Amino acid sequence: MKHVRVLLVDDEEDLVVTLAERLAIRGFDADWAVTADSALELLRGKTYDVAVLDVKLPGISGLELKNHMAEIDSGLNFIFMTGHGSQEDFMAGSAAAGESNYLWKPVDIDALAQKIKRMANRDN
Amino acid sequence: MAFKINLKPKFWDYRDVAAGPYRNLFSLRRIWYLSVFLTAGAALAPVFFLAAIDYQVTQKAIESENMLRLSRLVSNARRTLSFFLVERQSAMEFLSRDNSFESLSKPSRLFDILRNLKTSFGGFTDLGLIDESGRQITYIGPYDLDSADYSDQKWFEEVKAQGSYTSDVFLGFRRSPHMVLAVYCDMGGDRGFVLRATIETEDIHQKLLQVETGSVSDLFIVNHDGVLQTDSRSYGGILERLSVPVPERADSTRILERRGEGGETLYVGYAYIDETPFILMAVKNKSEMMRPWLKARRQITTYLLGSIAIILMVVLAVATYLVSRIHAADQRRVATLHQVEYTNKLASIGRLAAGVAHEINNPLAIINEKAGLIMDLLRPQPEAALRTRLIEQTEVISASVKRCATITRRLLGFARRMDVSVESVNLREVIESVLSFLRNEAQYRSINIDIQIDPEIPDFDSDRGKLQQVFLNLINNAFAALEDGGNVTFKADLISENSIRVSVIDDGCGIAPEDLKRVFEPFFSTRTKQGGTGLGLSITYGLVQEIGGSIDVTSRVGEGTRFDIILPLKPETMK
Repeated sequence: MKHVRVLLVDDEEDLVVTLAERLAIRGFDADWAVTADSALELLRGKTYDVAVLDVKLPGISGLELKNHMAEIDSGLNFIFMTGHGSQEDFMAGSAAAGESNYLWKPVDIDALAQKIKRMANRDN
Repeated sequence: MAFKINLKPKFWDYRDVAAGPYRNLFSLRRIWYLSVFLTAGAALAPVFFLAAIDYQVTQKAIESENMLRLSRLVSNARRTLSFFLVERQSAMEFLSRDNSFESLSKPSRLFDILRNLKTSFGGFTDLGLIDESGRQITYIGPYDLDSADYSDQKWFEEVKAQGSYTSDVFLGFRRSPHMVLAVYCDMGGDRGFVLRATIETEDIHQKLLQVETGSVSDLFIVNHDGVLQTDSRSYGGILERLSVPVPERADSTRILERRGEGGETLYVGYAYIDETPFILMAVKNKSEMMRPWLKARRQITTYLLGSIAIILMVVLAVATYLVSRIHAADQRRVATLHQVEYTNKLASIGRLAAGVAHEINNPLAIINEKAGLIMDLLRPQPEAALRTRLIEQTEVISASVKRCATITRRLLGFARRMDVSVESVNLREVIESVLSFLRNEAQYRSINIDIQIDPEIPDFDSDRGKLQQVFLNLINNAFAALEDGGNVTFKADLISENSIRVSVIDDGCGIAPEDLKRVFEPFFSTRTKQGGTGLGLSITYGLVQEIGGSIDVTSRVGEGTRFDIILPLKPETMK
């Protein structure tokens, strides 16, 4: 089976590294980046199925980054994570990102994995 | 004392606590004193001034009127007396010219004349004819004066020189007062005769009594030597000597101020009567004369006192009213300041909580992932005691992280901005979010919290933040009133299509009836010593009104308190 390719972007390196490792254990091809620039760099060199983005990155919001990334790869799927705001912010963000593609930090790894899988499968 | 306390206005002991070290500058009592003294001073000064002027003017006017009256009295009396004497003198002069010496020397003729004089004028006692040498030729009268010789008497010389003579009064026939009138008729060539009459002065006395004198005046006649010519009320009977000096000669009527024997002040009016030895005198007691002045003075004093009383009453009432208004305005200002401060404090706490929650969320996420990774790494390992134990511990870490995440999410949910406007609200959710902060305290104190919400109540549009504050304030209030082990009930019912009632009921200590009507007043607190600001319920009241609701309280001491909030389900009524 072909590995699902995931790009994780979060300014917390410890978090993003650990997440990438846990996803790898679950059979994903997970790469990570801590800045928007390095994420775009990676995207130019490789095709990913799903990008998991922090809502707030240094100097740029997750939604803006999503737009930049979509310009490079229009087929890319996005999932957002947030540690910020309330239930209401969460709902507002979800509406912008698409139903149920918005996760609250700390995320449940199995829920994340399932979501990624579902997205990748839908494309295939 | 109770009366005094009742009269004391509310602002009397008020100090603006917010004014800090400058609080004495804001003393309302000082403002009150200042306004009372300035206003009363400005209002009373002209009143005093006018009263003083009126006092003086009235006193002067009455005094001069009295003088005038006395002077008129003396003048009238003088005219009467003069007329009396001149009339008789003229009659005698006329007789002396109309009749020849020869006809007058006939006793029958002289008798007729005396009779006519008595009839026409009255007062004539006798009549005598004296020739040039001073010998009495004819005499008609009660005395035996026939052939009397007056040649060496002073009056005879005088009448010959001046043409007429008026004598002092003497006690004559039957010890009644008399005086002598004499006229000289010059027949030419060193020949002449004197007509001499004695006149009863009782008539003069009667004439003087007829002059309007007033009840207390004393009107009498003295001669130039100070001998009384009529009876005087104050200086004795006729022919007695006047105890006071004879006033100096004056052509017109004069008024003097003299001190009487009893020390009282007297006004003495007098007039010299021309060509007679008489001085007419009138004496009046000043205090009696000034009696109208006493009445006027009493009126002025009454008017002054009345004015002072009215002015003071008005000044006091106005000053008290105005300062009370300032006091009320100041209280509203302080209450508003406190409310703003309180709202800002809540907002600050909210922002702080949101910041903290956010900061904690990221490390929590890392802990979560690290613990998860440990689990991921341990799971494929062969079964061993250590592996099992590590998995157990890691699961606890994950569970704890979940708990922390729930807390931070709640914090963020609660601490949203305070100015968020109307949105759809689920009542149960709002109450739960408020209670989530108090569950711990409730558990510690074994307080049972019961929530009874009518399932018919729909989600409704309201201000979530304000609702949260209202419920938080009320439940804090209930907790303060409760003993450990007490009960709090949240009860919500649909009472009409457009409104619900939310009741917060506790079975705590209750509120005394006299305090109950004041619980929503700012700064009213029975728990100031425990740190109560007295603002919680007043702010709650304001918030309920802002979201278009109303709040009411019922309580019984020892049984508990119930707050009922009526809330609209539609936001149109919100302010």
